[in-house]
Amino acid sequence: MDMSDKEYQSLAEKYYPSSPMAKNVLIAFLVGGAICTLGEIIRQVALSKGLENQDALTITSVVLIFLSVLLTGLDVYDKIAKFAGAGTLVPITGFANAIAAPAIEFKSEGYVLGMGAKMFIIAGPVIVYGTLSAVAAGIIYYFFR
Amino acid sequence: MTKRLGTQTVAFTTFPTINGYGAIVGKKEGEGPIGDCFDSVEDDEFLGEATWEKAETRLFEKGLALVLKKAKITSSDVNYVIAGDLLNQCTASAFGARESGIPYLGIYGACSTMAEGLTLAAMITDGGFSENCIAVAGSHFCSAEKQYRFPLEYGGQRPPSSQWTVTGVGATAVGYGGNIYITHATTGKIEDYGITDANNMGAAMAPAFASTVKAHFEDTGRKPSDYDLILSGDLGKIGKGIAAELLENEGYDIRENYNDCGVMIFDCGKQDTHSGGSGCGCSASVLCGYVLPKMQAGEIKNVLFTATGALMSPTTSQQGESILAIAHAVALSTDCNV
Repeated sequence: MDMSDKEYQSLAEKYYPSSPMAKNVLIAFLVGGAICTLGEIIRQVALSKGLENQDALTITSVVLIFLSVLLTGLDVYDKIAKFAGAGTLVPITGFANAIAAPAIEFKSEGYVLGMGAKMFIIAGPVIVYGTLSAVAAGIIYYFFR
Repeated sequence: MTKRLGTQTVAFTTFPTINGYGAIVGKKEGEGPIGDCFDSVEDDEFLGEATWEKAETRLFEKGLALVLKKAKITSSDVNYVIAGDLLNQCTASAFGARESGIPYLGIYGACSTMAEGLTLAAMITDGGFSENCIAVAGSHFCSAEKQYRFPLEYGGQRPPSSQWTVTGVGATAVGYGGNIYITHATTGKIEDYGITDANNMGAAMAPAFASTVKAHFEDTGRKPSDYDLILSGDLGKIGKGIAAELLENEGYDIRENYNDCGVMIFDCGKQDTHSGGSGCGCSASVLCGYVLPKMQAGEIKNVLFTATGALMSPTTSQQGESILAIAHAVALSTDCNV
C-alpha cells in the first residue's frame, strides 16, 4: 500500500480506544490511600505496643511486604492490581509483588539461574537506580546541608 | 504449466485437500462465544504438567493425536509435520512432535503460523512430495506471557489495545481425497509501518493483512464477493477496523463477509480480553474448530483464510525497532473448480 508511516499511523489512531483516565486515577487514589492507611494502622499498633518510631516504621514495611508476597502467592494480588493499577504499584506492596511474581514464575528453571537470577527482572532497575539516586542525594546533602 | 499467478500467489493444480482437522483449547476459550465448536476444552491450564512449557508441549501432542485420529491415519502414514508456536526455538512444536517419529519441519510465523503451515503443506503435497502432511500451530497464554510480557502473578494493568494470547492448538491433515480443497495460497511480504507499541499488535498487523488480501485479489482476479468468508488471523477489534478501511481505500469493500478470529474467539466485554484474541492458537483453533466444520457441513463454500502475525521480539522492541508484521492467505473451497 502506498502510504507513509505517518499517514498510516494517523489513519490507525482513529481506532485506538483511550484508557479511562479519570476512573483509573480515582481508583488508584482510593486503593493506594487504603494501603497507606493500613500502613498507618500497623504503625500505630506497633507504637502502642511500646516500640520506638523507627522500629514501628520498619515493622510496618515488613508487614506490608509480607501481606503483598502472601497475596501474590495466593494468586490474589494480580487481581487486585488489575483493578487498582498504580494504587497497588506505587506503595511498597507493588515492589514486593514485582520480586515475588518472577520468583514464582521462574522457579521452573531452577533455584539458581531461574528463581535466584530472574526474581530481579522487574524490580532490578528500581534497586540499581534507587541506590544510585540515594548516593547522589547523600553527596548533595553532605555538601549543602 | 506454471502454477504461479501474479507476484505472490500460487494456484494448486492437483487439488490437495484437508482430510482431517481438530482443535483443542483452554478453559477461557471454551467459555467464549464459539466455545462449543472445539473438539475438546482443557480445564486445567497446566494440562497435568509441571511447567507452562510442558503444558504447551502436551497441547501439541494432543492436537497431533487428534488430527491423526480424525483423518483416520497413523503417524507412519504421515510424510511431514509442519509445526510452529510462539516460544523461543519453537520448543512446544519440537517437543510435541518428539514422540511421533514423523519428519519434522519447524516454522515461525508468530500468529500467522497456521496459514504458513497450510501453504507449505499444500505446496509439498501439490509438488508430489507428500501423501499426508500435517500442519499444526498453537500457543499457550501462560508460556507466552512469561516469555513476552510479565510473570503471571505480577500486578499490572493491560491497555485497552492489548490482546489476549489464546491457549489452543489447531491441526490439519493435508493430502488428497477430501472435500475441502486448498486452491490458492498468497504469501505475504514483511510489512512495517513504524508501529512500536507491543500492546497494539492489531495496528501493526492490519497493513500486512490488507497488503496480502489486495495481492490475492490482484493475482487471482477475484473480488471480495467471491468468498463467503474472508477471515483475518487475529487483528482484534482495533486491527479489524483499520484493515477494512485500508482495503476500502484500495477499492475492495470486504466488510460484508469479513470477520476476525481474534474477535470471534472471545467476548471482549465479558471476558476482559480487551481488543481480542491472539497467538498461533487463535487462528489455528478458529479455523480447525469453527470454519472447517462449517465447510464440511456445506454451510459455507469459499473461505479466504488470512492469518496475520506480528513478528514481535522483546529484544528488538527494547532496542527501539518497530514491530514487523506478516499475513499469509490460503483460499479454501468445497468446489475444486472455482
